[in-house]
Amino acid sequence: MSNRLINWFKFASPHAFYPLAGKMIPVFWTLAALFGAAGLWLSFFVAPTDATQGEGYRIIFIHVPTSWMSMFIYMVMAGWAAMGLSLNARLSSMMAQALAPTGALMAFLSLWTGAFWGKPMWGTWWVWDARLTSELILFFLYLGFMSLQASIDDPRRADKAGAIVALVGVVNVPIIYFSVKWWNTLHQGASVSINKSPSMAMTMLWGMLLMALCLWMYSIAVALTRVRAIILEREAHTEWVKHLSEVKP
Amino acid sequence: MIWNSAADFFAMGGYALYVWGSFGVCALAFLAEPFLINRRHKEIVRTLRRQVAAEKLEMEPK
Repeated sequence: MSNRLINWFKFASPHAFYPLAGKMIPVFWTLAALFGAAGLWLSFFVAPTDATQGEGYRIIFIHVPTSWMSMFIYMVMAGWAAMGLSLNARLSSMMAQALAPTGALMAFLSLWTGAFWGKPMWGTWWVWDARLTSELILFFLYLGFMSLQASIDDPRRADKAGAIVALVGVVNVPIIYFSVKWWNTLHQGASVSINKSPSMAMTMLWGMLLMALCLWMYSIAVALTRVRAIILEREAHTEWVKHLSEVKP
Repeated sequence: MIWNSAADFFAMGGYALYVWGSFGVCALAFLAEPFLINRRHKEIVRTLRRQVAAEKLEMEPK
């Protein structure tokens, strides 16, 4: 019985995780491509024209998924950072480090697509509204995490300092999520929420969900690729790295 | 079908700048990020290779 169980802790070491990540990356790229193709098809060829916003509303299919991912990646990153801090696990801290740039990119794209949606619908690229401002703070939290880690030479100390920033910043995520309820904002309320049926057509909802799945798979693929580079950079002095097939002469 | 022609599709009902400005920048970002990470991975592998080769040279008897 027990020998049928996979020993997950085995993969907690960078040595064991490096080849596993290499095998997983193509799987996530394939999933991202499939979900992306289906999501774009629904977004541009199936979802009907919006009654009030015309074709301009189609920005929703990229704006909402990037916004969701910017918040979700932050939670996952903080989770890995917390694990790295409490269990003193190197790989967990490396995972947090690998997620940060992708999260920052998602936050940036959320702001960017939001500006391109706000201009035609609200008449302005930017307002200092609760939702927009808290998302901008999220973007700065990612940048802060990354620059703090980059500024400390000892990687283990950098992990610990970064983890504290990541954990303190977690408080911002529910603020972003509930900002449209707590404050009177220009930003519209949630289109999809847990306790009521979505206020949109089913095809629109599916388009958004498929695009979100695509970005989710994309983020995993990219984070795994980045963590492999980080593993090699940080374990460069170890014997196992020197014996990798791609390193051996 | 929603669109009458390809031109109609690209015009996005007058919102072309905003729709393509959003999707275009996202597409660029999602192409650039994997490209940059792959380069980072290749660079560290190249450095490690050089190190291993140098160590091997040192080990060889004179």
